[in-house]
Amino acid sequence: MGDYEFHWLIVFQAFPQMLNGAFVTLHVAVFSMFSGIVFGVLLAIGKTSNLKIPKSIASSWVEVARNTPALFQIYMAYFGLGAFGIHLSPYMAVLCALTFVNSGYLTETFRGGLQTIPRTQYVASWSLGMTKFQAYRYIILPQMFRRVYYPMTNQFIWSILMSSLGILVGMGELSGETQRLQSLSYRTLEFFIIAAAMYYVMTKFVLYSADIMSRRLFKGEI
Amino acid sequence: MSLFTPLSWNDTGFILTGILNTIYISVLAISVGTVLGLMIGFIRSVSTQSINFVLGSILDVLRIVPLIIQLILFSTFVGIMGHPLPPFASGSIILSLYTMAFMTEVFRAGFDNVSKSMGIAARSLGMTYWQSMRYIVLPIGMKSVFPSWMGVALSVIKDSALVSVIGYMELLRTSEQLITRTQQPLEILLGVGLFYFIISYPLSTFGRYMEKKMAI
Repeated sequence: MGDYEFHWLIVFQAFPQMLNGAFVTLHVAVFSMFSGIVFGVLLAIGKTSNLKIPKSIASSWVEVARNTPALFQIYMAYFGLGAFGIHLSPYMAVLCALTFVNSGYLTETFRGGLQTIPRTQYVASWSLGMTKFQAYRYIILPQMFRRVYYPMTNQFIWSILMSSLGILVGMGELSGETQRLQSLSYRTLEFFIIAAAMYYVMTKFVLYSADIMSRRLFKGEI
Repeated sequence: MSLFTPLSWNDTGFILTGILNTIYISVLAISVGTVLGLMIGFIRSVSTQSINFVLGSILDVLRIVPLIIQLILFSTFVGIMGHPLPPFASGSIILSLYTMAFMTEVFRAGFDNVSKSMGIAARSLGMTYWQSMRYIVLPIGMKSVFPSWMGVALSVIKDSALVSVIGYMELLRTSEQLITRTQQPLEILLGVGLFYFIISYPLSTFGRYMEKKMAI
């Protein structure tokens, strides 16, 4: 073990700040997920439609989001947009990048979900006198969300983990905060062990609560 | 005289090194991760529940802790132990283990996909256990998980960008240094994005094509 001495006290003293960082992590993950769902639904509808322009916008968005690293998107939002005179704060840059990627991945998930819903359901809802919007709102989307619930949970966990890239643009989420705190004392190992444990607990907690929630929401029929 | 020198053709070699390093570490991690994943996936599909539980929780840690934290932890840890490793070594070790954790689940599903009766039928034809593995279970099982294997491999190519955190000169870090010198973030980043896209897009299209082909 060499002659390394662990000093945990300094980490426990900084624990409240790390909790604060964890809160920011959850926060950015939740926001990017919600906006990702909104964009994802719109893009998925665009991709399944027969209109040319929405279709091509949706497919290029999806392909770019899925085929480039998340770190690249974050750099693009943080450094790249500066060329257009748009200067985002680290928080906004990470939020925008994660939203972009999330909606790209969720579009494909939602498209898969939409395809499992038989065509007759659309026709039936129109024949009841529903408008297109009503049909999606009351008939199609509720069924789709039920079918893509687990992939969506995975995407949410991915967002929590990927928000750790905020460390590279100086954002104050769990990793970034840990990086800042450890630079005061150079207790890198101790700080990052605790950060890793916190990510583990957060992710497991989300997984379990998603499981419980699905039982309450869908009563076992998924 | 200007403080920053713009991008020029002299930088080609520098960028090329970054590209090659990215390809190098991704290919290495994917190959090592696939071999280890195949072995552990096999162990997971044949072993009892208690062994599976232990293995599963170890692999869970690799999958749940963000890659960036794993890289920082590992490179600090080996340094503290008194054997500091170069960025490439610690980067490829962690990236391979990370790949392994995902590949294990992929291959485990592959082994589970082949029904027990198929293995028994092979044995009843007089094949030994290893022959039935070699000619029946492996080909059928592996073919069925090819699209998911491709998905993991693609995500590893993209995640290899994170190795830059511990100082490995892969493409994204090279571009970062060029940006610092030239102050032309947009052009350089667009080039980098294009490179990842050119590598990743054909592979993902091929993966989806195979998935469709197998579904029928």
